[in-house]
Amino acid sequence: MYSEKVMEHFSNPRNVGEIEDADGVGTVGNPVCGDLMTIYIKVKDNIIEDIKFKTFGCGAAIATSSMVTEMAMGKTIEEALKITRTNVADELEGLPPVKMHCSNLAADALHAAIDDYKKRKGGEGEEKKAED
Amino acid sequence: MIYMDHSATSPVDPEVLEAMEPYFTDSFGNASTLYSLGREARTAMESARKQVASIIGATPDEIIFTSGGTESDNIAIKGTVFKLKKKGNHIITSAIEHPAVDETCKYLEKNGFQVTYLPVGEDGIVSVSDLKDAITDKTVLITVMHANNEIGTIQPIKEIGEVAAEKNIYFHTDAVQSVGKIPVDVKELKVDMLSISAHKLYGPKGIGALYIRKGIRLEPIIHGGGHERGIRPGTENVAGAVGLGKACEIAERYLEKNSRSLTSIRDRLINGVLSEIEESHLNGHPTIRLPNNAHFRFTGIEGESLVLHLDFKGIAASTGSACSSKKLEPSHVLMALGMDEVQAHGSLRLTLGKENTAEEVDYVIESVKGAVGTLRSLSPLWCQTEE
Repeated sequence: MYSEKVMEHFSNPRNVGEIEDADGVGTVGNPVCGDLMTIYIKVKDNIIEDIKFKTFGCGAAIATSSMVTEMAMGKTIEEALKITRTNVADELEGLPPVKMHCSNLAADALHAAIDDYKKRKGGEGEEKKAED
Repeated sequence: MIYMDHSATSPVDPEVLEAMEPYFTDSFGNASTLYSLGREARTAMESARKQVASIIGATPDEIIFTSGGTESDNIAIKGTVFKLKKKGNHIITSAIEHPAVDETCKYLEKNGFQVTYLPVGEDGIVSVSDLKDAITDKTVLITVMHANNEIGTIQPIKEIGEVAAEKNIYFHTDAVQSVGKIPVDVKELKVDMLSISAHKLYGPKGIGALYIRKGIRLEPIIHGGGHERGIRPGTENVAGAVGLGKACEIAERYLEKNSRSLTSIRDRLINGVLSEIEESHLNGHPTIRLPNNAHFRFTGIEGESLVLHLDFKGIAASTGSACSSKKLEPSHVLMALGMDEVQAHGSLRLTLGKENTAEEVDYVIESVKGAVGTLRSLSPLWCQTEE
């Protein structure tokens, strides 16, 4: 039911862990479908120079978390904000339809982490969902 | 591969396959015809009916062949309430039924019937006094499963049967998970109808049976050529019936021996997991459960991920939640036990079969421990637990 790319990220997730002195932290989740994820970012000169995640959830939740960290690493804040749920699913060569909305929350977690970073920086953060 | 998902389905026993084979080719006749080829098929059907009747202490004329557990449940439930709709419109069931019963009751609810879903305790068992309180003068059917398909808990069917008999209310039980694993006697349990499925007891998929106590009349829900006493018309699945019969015969022959050895390796599995893995819990009742069912939950991790990790290690298991199926909501069974969503999602079901060994169980314990550790290292909830 999962693509090879999903299984590859699931079995060998990238950027797992926490960043103690993170510049932004974002947590999103939906306990009803059993997914909760936190993304930590370290930003230098407007560039995401480190990113880590921790996820409780199904195969799709873990794979999308891993994928989004890989996609956002090294990007500018503006570039990272352009990453959508669909981009993440596409990079993973698709997700089962039933998982598209419930478990594909990683882009939201990234956006929440960036929002937190902006708030800490200048208080101008704004709520923004990663929906397309 | 180590297969530990026998409550999902089981492999066909070679002896069963051998018994079925002639009825696909040489003895392919339609069991409802008059010539000898048809009579051969009829004889095989009737001998299978005896074997099915025998394992549950019924008589052959009380057995109807169906396409499986789901169909048996539908025929029993709808057949009863449609027949008795002038008498009443109230059904009593439990909160932890298989969807074949649960969804049928929900359908009936949308169509003018009233349904009481009896709650279960933390151990997954319904209370007979709750049942008594739920009965009204409009109650026409009680349907409570014998053993639960997720947590393996065994319900007090005999006590429920006594209440139903005393109140003169029809009583159906879905015994798909219990027949062939624990003794089932319809007279002792005082059930009026009982559902069986072949593929849960080393028979083929696509065949099952419904026991209907002599004297009970159901409204047919499928209409056709009058086969199976008009209750389940359609050209007989002779090979399937022969397979179910043979599977029942084998299961009956080895019931005690298999039940003993399954209980022993199941307990090895339960004790191993609970002692080796911190924050692991057994779901359901510790002893009033099927001899082959072990159902765990692990704090801080999600079941589907665990099943995928076990698959990497060559182990076929099942999640306690429904997250891997089409529904994403946590299992209604685990929620009925009083768990929250996160707990319900952190579950793993291992259901053993007669081919599993103690060595396999030890390998599974190690593998579960490893996979739980890996997933906890990814989990934001596990850190919170540690703090």
